Amino acid sequence: MPEHSFTVNGRQVTVDIEDDVRMLWVLRDVLGVTGPKYGCGINVCKACTSHYNGRAFNPCSVPVSKIGPDDEITTIEGLADTAPGEDLHPMQEAWLEHDVAQCGYCQPGQIMAAVDLVKKVHAEGRDLTDADIDTNMRNVCRCGTYYRIRQAMKDGAERMKGMKKGG
Amino acid sequence: MAKHSANARHARDGNRPNKPGAGDTDSTSAGSEGFAGGLASVGGHLADRRRFLGYLLAAPTVVAAAQLGGSLLGSQSAGAAQPVPSNPQVADNYDLSDAIYDAAKPTSDLITVQVHSDGTVSHEMVRTEVGQGVQTAIAMLIAEEMDIPIEKVNVTHAPARPELVWNQLTGGSTAIGSQFTPVRVAAAIAKGRLLDAAAAKWDLAKSELTAHAGRVLRPSGQALSFGELAEAAAVTENKKVSTELKPDSDFKVIGKPQRRVDAMDIVTGQKEFATDMEMPDALPTMVCRPPTINGTVKSVNNADEVQNMPGVTDVATITTGVAVRAKTFGQCVDAIHALDVSWNGGPVEGTSDTSIEKELKDAHPPWVIPGTPGTKAFEREYTFAFTNNAPLEPATAIADVKEDSAEIWAAAKLPITAQGEIASLLGLPATAVTFNVVGSGGSFGRRLFNDGPLDAAEASQKMGKPVRLMWHRADEYRHGRGRPMQVSKIRAFHDGEVVHSLENRYTSVFTDFGHGFGDLMAQYYTSVNPDTPLATNPGSALALSQTIFELTAVWPYSMGPTKQLLMEVRQPTESTGTEHNLTTFNTTAMRQVYNPNVVAAQELFVDELANEMGRDRYEFRREFAKDDKFREVIEKVAEAGNWGRSLPDGVAQGIGVHEEYKQHAACLVEVDCRPETVNRKIPGGTTGPRVLRVVFVSTVARHLVNPLGAEAQLQGGIMDGISLAQTNSLHLKDGAFLEGSYDDFRYTRQWNVPTDVQVILLPEDSEAEVGGFGEVGVAPTCAAVACAIGAARGSYPNYLPISHNAGIPFEVKPHDPPIPQSPTNGLEHYPAPAKASEETSLNP
Repeated sequence: MPEHSFTVNGRQVTVDIEDDVRMLWVLRDVLGVTGPKYGCGINVCKACTSHYNGRAFNPCSVPVSKIGPDDEITTIEGLADTAPGEDLHPMQEAWLEHDVAQCGYCQPGQIMAAVDLVKKVHAEGRDLTDADIDTNMRNVCRCGTYYRIRQAMKDGAERMKGMKKGG
Repeated sequence: MAKHSANARHARDGNRPNKPGAGDTDSTSAGSEGFAGGLASVGGHLADRRRFLGYLLAAPTVVAAAQLGGSLLGSQSAGAAQPVPSNPQVADNYDLSDAIYDAAKPTSDLITVQVHSDGTVSHEMVRTEVGQGVQTAIAMLIAEEMDIPIEKVNVTHAPARPELVWNQLTGGSTAIGSQFTPVRVAAAIAKGRLLDAAAAKWDLAKSELTAHAGRVLRPSGQALSFGELAEAAAVTENKKVSTELKPDSDFKVIGKPQRRVDAMDIVTGQKEFATDMEMPDALPTMVCRPPTINGTVKSVNNADEVQNMPGVTDVATITTGVAVRAKTFGQCVDAIHALDVSWNGGPVEGTSDTSIEKELKDAHPPWVIPGTPGTKAFEREYTFAFTNNAPLEPATAIADVKEDSAEIWAAAKLPITAQGEIASLLGLPATAVTFNVVGSGGSFGRRLFNDGPLDAAEASQKMGKPVRLMWHRADEYRHGRGRPMQVSKIRAFHDGEVVHSLENRYTSVFTDFGHGFGDLMAQYYTSVNPDTPLATNPGSALALSQTIFELTAVWPYSMGPTKQLLMEVRQPTESTGTEHNLTTFNTTAMRQVYNPNVVAAQELFVDELANEMGRDRYEFRREFAKDDKFREVIEKVAEAGNWGRSLPDGVAQGIGVHEEYKQHAACLVEVDCRPETVNRKIPGGTTGPRVLRVVFVSTVARHLVNPLGAEAQLQGGIMDGISLAQTNSLHLKDGAFLEGSYDDFRYTRQWNVPTDVQVILLPEDSEAEVGGFGEVGVAPTCAAVACAIGAARGSYPNYLPISHNAGIPFEVKPHDPPIPQSPTNGLEHYPAPAKASEETSLNP
């Protein structure tokens, strides 16, 4: 069986698995990294949103063969380590502050997508707007926590301005 | 954060009379709790004047249990007398919550609180955390009653416990209400025993000691932690004891905003759902399902070939399709795509939205209330499409079935039923099946049914191996459950000034309330109301549905003689009990059961009637409000929402009103239906009208355990209401549902979320002790949005969601193979998937 090496949450891993197995299953079923959730398997619900070399992607729609030895995958479990210090990532802090979660199933994906969107707008030298959220936050929350997600994202965006390195 | 008036509530509670012996003269309900065992009991409901019975259980550390019993009979309240009084409706005085509360009481002594030597307190709750925050609320009750920090309280799920009979049921927004007293009694007894132990140790009177922050303190300031006392407080024989509960005015936890106890686990990815659990031999398993609803396997034509595919370990035919077990779920998907299965058609083959709508309309019973001289009939009919519970976590379960035993890990709202159904399916005694309850990634009624656990148990038995079974998303839409199509027909007679009579004929495709729930209702409701359909026609599925409808339908306006009646079509030819046997559509009591549709029809009708009678839509509601509580929430929502303020053409307000779960609620929304808004583009998304602003007002019962949690539940319910009015439905064609993904199914997404949501909770001297907020947000919001769209367009919808008949704005995924293959281009397409990159939105 083919071997695939890459980095997950700062740890170099090698897995023996067929080339076409999507990364979501490599993470969950092979590596036991269960923060990214299954909600649709076709790049729609966004529950599995994680980071590929620092940018958001949906591992349900990427075969393991497309991930190379120099690639870094960050899941919700590794997000805090991308921020300085021992604490949580500022977006996670904002999520706690606003008590966003209900069932919690979509929230890892929401947080990973939120971090990516804020990084994107900050890189463009501007503040996060409601229009940004309308257009880019496709993540489904069936509990309907959308209103608190907006509040937490705006708060988290402010908190991220204080970060020394990219998260 | 949305505003709520919780602080006002605390201030008011702080002024309540509270000295021992001081009566609560504003109390109106009599004897809302009963008592067994001959110990002191008093009428009235002030907790500090009541004693409760419970037990200390023999254990190494102290374990306490509660006992409650007796009957609950709400006080009768007279209906308002203006303009033309309507007859009292059943749910005015005794509603679905009451039936569920009554059913829980006889076994409440079987729930326990245990203090451990490490100073923590644990409780295995007999309700299921599905996102509604019951785990947090119960931890708050224990923290309050025991004077221990909430961080030291561990609330977990009890496994299925058949001895609890009807007291292990999560539904009807009753979880917190049903546990409010029993959990506190058990906690109070445990704390009392810790005080006893400390008193003995120090040789002091118990009355000299106090508990604070998980420690017992003596006047000198010396302290012993609960952990240090846990063993000394233990008893060697079960012992009946009595206790008092903390008076309301001493509450430091109950009523204060509390963040969720599982929030840290959630934001760090540590919260475990069923498929996340570590169990190395339980390999991923999925089911290849038929192309039509409840079709069956005729033959599997290439099982050997599929069995030899990479990663695949097993292929087995089960009741619902062909199960495949593999190293990864991705390889299960591959195997399902490779399977060659011949199918038998299902029992609803050939049906479509239009054929079912016709069946429903043909089934309307005739009107019974005649017009009176000088009155004019006003009649409308509204259709509501099929929808789906669609919790984000699909049906899942881990099952390990051996020859003479089985162990299951899954989410379930009726774990005892799950255990029984699985035992029956496997041919094992119920005692041989251990059903471990796992918190779920949403429910909205989905986990009232055990489709995932049943599939998993059967697959595990047939394969002789443990399985980690999961439904595909497409399976959920096409074979999962939801609220079926319904039609509401309403007729009023009015004379231009007042309304003289009101009739609502409501027809629905059969709604499955599941095995066991009917027995609960028969036992606990028919004795209260011997005229209910369930009492006069026991065992009938229609009678059960009619009884539940009767227990939840409340027409909030005085419109003379008022009659609301449910009729169902396409009922199963036999019970859907333990045989895993479905003979019609797969349905369930979806969030707020009938009422999102019942109330939307009601409020659309009231809007149209007000227009017909030349009245302002708000003034009309206020004037015809059935009682002061309805009038209060209508006035409050109009005031907070600034009813009638100047808005641009194409933007309008709407109001929805309802009462359920011990709360009166009203919602006011403003919806933008201007073309530039309706036609805004989101790749692959249905946009349509945009709700700009929501004001939601609800009364609260005497106790609101967690204002932050209640607000969250209302905010979520509001999003459901927006979905159901605008975008969220299933299309039935040729006996199959077309939707296969969330982009197809169109539950609210951020692009349709209002940026201004205000929740206002009104403190009440309510007769009800504790209400429930898990569902009540949905119906008034759905109604308000539908009304606002009608007002903005000058033409009221008669079919919801409004997008349903505006075409199919997605490419229908194949039904054979039944699930879509995962894309491979995810690195190039974020956030919109490849298919959605082109503008496919089709707006109503």
